[in-house]
Amino acid sequence: MYKAKVLIKRRPSILDPQGKAVEKGAQHLGLNNIKDTRIGKFIEFTVDTTDKNSAEKEVKEYCAKLLANPIMEDFEFTLEEMK
Amino acid sequence: MKPKFGVVIFPGSNCDYDAYYVLKKIYGYEVNFLWHKETDLKNVDVVILPGGFSYGDYLRSGSIARFSPIMNSVIDFANKGGHVLGICNGFQILLEAGLLPGVLLKNNSLQFVSKDVYLTVENNDTVFTKENKNNEVLKVPIAHGEGNYFTDEDTLKSLIDNNQIVFKYCSPVGKVEEGFNPNGSLKNIAGIINKDGNVLGMMPHPERASDPVLGKTDGKLIFDSIGKYIFN
Repeated sequence: MYKAKVLIKRRPSILDPQGKAVEKGAQHLGLNNIKDTRIGKFIEFTVDTTDKNSAEKEVKEYCAKLLANPIMEDFEFTLEEMK
Repeated sequence: MKPKFGVVIFPGSNCDYDAYYVLKKIYGYEVNFLWHKETDLKNVDVVILPGGFSYGDYLRSGSIARFSPIMNSVIDFANKGGHVLGICNGFQILLEAGLLPGVLLKNNSLQFVSKDVYLTVENNDTVFTKENKNNEVLKVPIAHGEGNYFTDEDTLKSLIDNNQIVFKYCSPVGKVEEGFNPNGSLKNIAGIINKDGNVLGMMPHPERASDPVLGKTDGKLIFDSIGKYIFN
């Protein structure tokens, strides 16, 4: 069994109005050094197999086909064996 | 011969009955509801993917609906030349399914926008718009939080070159200007069609502007056109 942790980021070329709006909040808090806030997604789940290769393959497909939209997002993930 | 329509119901669709009402009660077309768990399209001629919040809009709008059983049949149907109209959330699903290019991002204002907008018909030579012979400006409502169309430069160029941009947001007299863009959409794009001309996706709701009782009927252009030209 593996624990997968997926990080999905908006591509640098895509504007992030949400990040900008949140950053306004930082200014209101007086945190003037906060810059370039961008909002992505963090997703975690388990993969019920003992074979790391097949776990990796499945996670990749999950990310590429459903969790991320390659037109606007990039993804990266880690796999950790669960004891 | 009148076309037969199918309206897909996903969990979270909420404009399915609006579409059904217009097609059935205003036009007298035969209309079947198509349940998302089914795969049978019941021999319809036109599939409508209605507006709403399929699967709660979780992850990304349309991303989960795209993998429901009925969508495999819809994709097959579209690839064989079947006519598909995606409205609002239906447009988002068509993009996620790869039947149309691009994505719909969050509105640049970050606000959900619900109001009447004006549209130019940029391409009158489609089954969905042929009745707009005099290049009239249409007044049709929008209601969405993620309608900010975006695509890369190459795709945009190919959309323009192939005359695939069908609707653009404009002023009441038809001027396409940034000030009349309700969501930040690239080039004021409100609706696009695929290269083969059988799959149309649009953010505005023509089914909410098709009954005279509601005080606006410009949406009828689309259903008039389909009825008249789908078999010609």
